[in-house]
Amino acid sequence: MTGYFIRRVLAIVPVMAIVVVCVFLLLRLTPGDPAAILAGDTATAEQLERIRQSLGLADSLPVQFARWLGLLAQGDFGTSLISGSPVTGMIAQRIWPTLNIAILTLILTIAIAVPLGVIAAWRHRTWADYAVMSFSVLGFSVPVFVIGYTFILVFSLELRWLPVQGYVAPTQDFGQFIVRAILPCLALATVFIALIARMTRTSMLEVLGEDFIRTARAKGIKESWVLFRHALRNAAVPILTIIGTGFALLIGGAVVTESVFNIPGIGRLTVDAILARDYPVIQAMTLLTSGIYVLINLLIDLSYAFIDPRIRY
Amino acid sequence: MRFIEDLTRTWTTLRTDMRSVAIGAALATTAVLPGSALVGLSEVRAEGGTVKVVMHSALRNLDPILVNSHITRNHAYLIYDVLIAQDDQFRPQPQMASWTISPDGKVYTFTLRDGLKFHDGAAVTAADAVASLQRWGSKDTGGRMLFSETASLEAKDDKTIVWTLKKPFPALLGVLSKMSTVPAFIMPARLAKTPASEAIPQHIGSGPFRFVDAEFQPGVKSVYQKFKDYVPRSEAPSWLAGGKVAKVDRVEWITMPDSLTAINALSAGEIDYIEMPPADLLPVMANNPDIVVEKRDTIGYQFIARMNFKNPPFDNVKIRQAALRALGQEELLKIAIGDPEYYKPCGAIFGCNAPYASSVGAETLTSGGDPKGAKKLLDEAGYDGKPIVVFKASDLPVLAAPNDAGVQALRRAGFKVDVKELDFQTRTIRLTSMKPVSEGGWNMFFSSFHVLDINSPLYSNLLDARGDQGYLGWPNDPELEAMRRAFAEASTAEAQKDVAARIQKHVMENVTYVPLGNWFNPQARSRKLTGMIPGPVTVFWNLEKAR
Repeated sequence: MTGYFIRRVLAIVPVMAIVVVCVFLLLRLTPGDPAAILAGDTATAEQLERIRQSLGLADSLPVQFARWLGLLAQGDFGTSLISGSPVTGMIAQRIWPTLNIAILTLILTIAIAVPLGVIAAWRHRTWADYAVMSFSVLGFSVPVFVIGYTFILVFSLELRWLPVQGYVAPTQDFGQFIVRAILPCLALATVFIALIARMTRTSMLEVLGEDFIRTARAKGIKESWVLFRHALRNAAVPILTIIGTGFALLIGGAVVTESVFNIPGIGRLTVDAILARDYPVIQAMTLLTSGIYVLINLLIDLSYAFIDPRIRY
Repeated sequence: MRFIEDLTRTWTTLRTDMRSVAIGAALATTAVLPGSALVGLSEVRAEGGTVKVVMHSALRNLDPILVNSHITRNHAYLIYDVLIAQDDQFRPQPQMASWTISPDGKVYTFTLRDGLKFHDGAAVTAADAVASLQRWGSKDTGGRMLFSETASLEAKDDKTIVWTLKKPFPALLGVLSKMSTVPAFIMPARLAKTPASEAIPQHIGSGPFRFVDAEFQPGVKSVYQKFKDYVPRSEAPSWLAGGKVAKVDRVEWITMPDSLTAINALSAGEIDYIEMPPADLLPVMANNPDIVVEKRDTIGYQFIARMNFKNPPFDNVKIRQAALRALGQEELLKIAIGDPEYYKPCGAIFGCNAPYASSVGAETLTSGGDPKGAKKLLDEAGYDGKPIVVFKASDLPVLAAPNDAGVQALRRAGFKVDVKELDFQTRTIRLTSMKPVSEGGWNMFFSSFHVLDINSPLYSNLLDARGDQGYLGWPNDPELEAMRRAFAEASTAEAQKDVAARIQKHVMENVTYVPLGNWFNPQARSRKLTGMIPGPVTVFWNLEKAR
């Protein structure tokens, strides 16, 4: 296990190195000029050139790459070309809203989706199963922004129970954080509940047909014990995989939800940076997202061994 | 019907009950429920408080000289002051300084008023003003022209600035007091000495609000606090002139990328003002008694079409004239804006509600276009049928809609058109290319300018006719340049009007660009917000919020 862990950690190095090179080259080879965006359409060619020089964009690609690597080696992502703010600080401001919303969404998802999936499998081909599957199809088919707007209309504008938008850090005011996070988390969770409930059901159905489940029931073990202790644990590997991937998706791809509920997360930061050709921010965000994916995949792989003792590395 | 009435009544009762429960719960546990539930229990009009607003775009760069966007300009008006400013009749008025002019019209002496302080506590001096003006003059179109006629600009003492010209430049006060990008904001000399190609490192002004650096999140939020040491002028506010009295303690700009979210937030009382709600969402607010939708900017914007003079076929004046004849304003405005309350056909290149308004040469534009005349001109010019490349900003509905309407009109007149769909930022970059169409260049684009940015021959970029040194499209027109100089040298308002009328005629004949009508953006505010100054620039002094 330790050897496997070390091998996997070491494998991160070449993966991230490839990401670093690809990100830099892809961005520079894509048409675009942050200096032109900054200067606006009224700038003269001379003014534009001066801005390019002051931003370091007039240097050759190897020089720019070496400068960026030098900064990375010091743990510095550089400075935003558009706002002039340090990229590390910008990400630090924006990653917490995304992480907090993602974690809350994940907790909500697991708490609802896994029991739903277990019930659907346990009551296979009954109304409970059909109800869960119908919700699953609906939840997966309706776009998240439609769900978000509907929640806002009902809970914020009609009932006035919850605010329309905004984010408050839990460290600042935990009550306000929860109040403002409920709707975006519910909207995001709907899709994932649908997906994970379906996956749990399928996985559970396979396991519930196994001999050891019949044996457990024959021994007179309580049904809930059979379902959650014996069946679910054996069905957990694919569920865990999808939860892990879902978490990574929540971190990197919640830009629509962030826009609808006005959450200043990293999804919006990335989209804004791409539109403005803010190279240092795009580079940092791509590296960060890649790193999160690599890390989550590693954690998922390692967790298999804890959940299923038959898996050995 | 009865069932529906009963259902409606039941729902209304239920909803009221639920609101009561929510308000009760909020009173009991104020830490949990949002403040919006409590709004409306009592209203007291008073100074102070926080105003939360959603501006027309996200604020990312804070240097108003480096960046010429309106959002940065509006930010700058909160924290910086200007030497002189224009009132609602476009007349320059004293703001930080009063002035005298020498009898020969070559020396302007500005005297700073008492009590001016920067937000770091330092007094504003003439040296600060000189450094700021020099930085502004190296960037702004009007400023560059003014400095080309400047013999010297000096701080005579702490309060006196002496501006000496090579020859009389009667338009000096008009250029110096220009309201829009880029106004001559005054900042401390140590910051103003930063080259105009680099961003200033700090944001310290002497305006009525100070910038709260610690709370700034680029593209998310910016915060301004009342500057308690600001001494406003005693005159009543009028556009950007007069007394800038900060009556609220704090102004928060919150970026909301989704317009519907902003409108929902305004409806729920979470924000107080939306600077530019999209026209198609206005009906959502129409029946809300707590929201006021209004047209406070009567100067407005102008749609334009600009052709590339470097690439065929628009290097041929007859084909440019054909394009002008093909376009009709009413149809385009109707498609782009919809509600006639918010648009107005206007053939004046300087804007219709502006001092130099003239509609000479725009008759076909304002009377629905002349596709037959356009076809005839195309035949005479020998148009070869090669598609013209139009760069369209697809991600901005306000620019995409007039583009579509214009392209349709051009096709109707016989032009073949190849529309390249781009996001706005990519279009901004690609429009700077002077290359032929076959190498990624372009023939035409549709855009929108605020009339403040084009209402004078001195600083309208669209009239910059210096060829490759000028604005996108790069017309090389020495005659137009001579007329712009004549405007700068005109000594009376009448003489300026005469030159402006000649420029209008010349521009329409040569089709330097095509004015496609004025439009006005509606603004939405909470009824609790009062005292907002009507005008073409959104400012936050003088306004109050009921509590």
